[in-house]
Amino acid sequence: MLAKRIIPCLDVRDGRVVKGTRFINLRDAGDPVERADFYNREGADEIVFLDITASVEKRRAIVDVVEKTAEVVFIPLTVGGGIDSVDFMQELLNSGADKISLNTAALKDPGLIQAGAERFGSQCIVAAIDARRAEQASTGGSHSWEVYSHGGRTPTGRDVVEWAKEAEKLGAGEILLTSMDADGTLDGYDTTLLAAVSDAVGIPVIASGGAGTLEHLYEALTEGKAHAVLAASILHYGTYSIAEIKEYLSQKGLPVRPVQN
Amino acid sequence: MSSLVIIDSECANLSSIYKAARFVNLDPVISDNPKIISAAGAVIFPGVGSFAHAASLINRKKLTSSLLEAIAAGKPFLGICLGMQLLFSRSEETILSSGIETPEGLKAISGEVKRFPEGLPIPHVGWNKVEPAFGHPLFKGLDSGANGGSYFYFTHSYYVQPEKNENILGRTEYGFPFTSAVIKENLFGVQFHPEKSGPVGLRLLSNFGKIIADIKD
Repeated sequence: MLAKRIIPCLDVRDGRVVKGTRFINLRDAGDPVERADFYNREGADEIVFLDITASVEKRRAIVDVVEKTAEVVFIPLTVGGGIDSVDFMQELLNSGADKISLNTAALKDPGLIQAGAERFGSQCIVAAIDARRAEQASTGGSHSWEVYSHGGRTPTGRDVVEWAKEAEKLGAGEILLTSMDADGTLDGYDTTLLAAVSDAVGIPVIASGGAGTLEHLYEALTEGKAHAVLAASILHYGTYSIAEIKEYLSQKGLPVRPVQN
Repeated sequence: MSSLVIIDSECANLSSIYKAARFVNLDPVISDNPKIISAAGAVIFPGVGSFAHAASLINRKKLTSSLLEAIAAGKPFLGICLGMQLLFSRSEETILSSGIETPEGLKAISGEVKRFPEGLPIPHVGWNKVEPAFGHPLFKGLDSGANGGSYFYFTHSYYVQPEKNENILGRTEYGFPFTSAVIKENLFGVQFHPEKSGPVGLRLLSNFGKIIADIKD
């Protein structure tokens, strides 16, 4: 049975991790390599680096982060944030990244998903989608969500389910779906959104945004039909360890990869 | 002379395999030079991407004969992911995608490469359990999990179907049990990515290293 994946997401700016308080046992909690290795040892199934570096000149820092992480962490590494060319994808993959997450650049130029998938294979390309609920009045009472770009700041007018289907057709191998409404609330994932997208595409959906409790993770993986959950706050602030999450999900009957030491 | 060569198949995971092999104290070189491949004591053959593209690449680089020689000489040989699929003759992928040109694989193991049936999420991506078909040094320490077998990381849309049962070294359940590891004497193929499967994957690479060392002795 395919295991449900638990994926910590590390926000990286200028080569440093910018969130989290629980890492008293690390020499340097801001070092992305140490943090990635910490989660790796805890039993993370993958690691996502989201580069939120503002200046283009400092973008190179993330290549160095990936390179060093790949020397010691032997689980899949995904990199997202500001990637807008096949050449940069190549450079990150050569450094040891396994997947490239595309968001704003793919909305501007959907051909980027296709170009990446053709060159590196669909397994390398993750379409990241930031979704916000549309007013129900404007949709006649049914649910719909709008795609936002630029880190959730800019409305694009695109429908989330339609964009997910298009991304799949263009060659994306996975969808990383973030609910902007739920993100940071700790009130739970938007399982209606997750299920709507999971039902519409044949590729795996990774749930993101809103996890506050173990039950929330379980809901995303069952009601939301997600294959994996991305988690930030509940891991970074030490609410739960990955071992606790996996034990809970396993007791609830979901397949998880056992934590090994 | 370095004893272990990783074939430069220009695939995205080349550096990961190199790093993982080094991490378990193997001393690999990455090469696409037929002379270096012929002189090597063992081969790792990685690949991701499409069967047609990879098969043409091997032809273009004139690697077919040195790869087949290495296999025929009984050198330890490990195909990973597409590198495993290329041990077979043909893939449904070529038939579906190209139409005109249908490059063949190495035909080292008889059987075919098939696409997962409709209805399953494709690609099959994530951690899944590999149950060894029988005890073998390649899976030493990895065959005694809860229900026999350890979790490895997969990402693929096609799977191999060997003609002969004796070539099946491991199976994995994804809607149905498919072959996730193959064997023919010292020729091995794994559909999963040992270089991305954490401690379990490193153990498999280290086991492969022991197989190489034992042959040299």
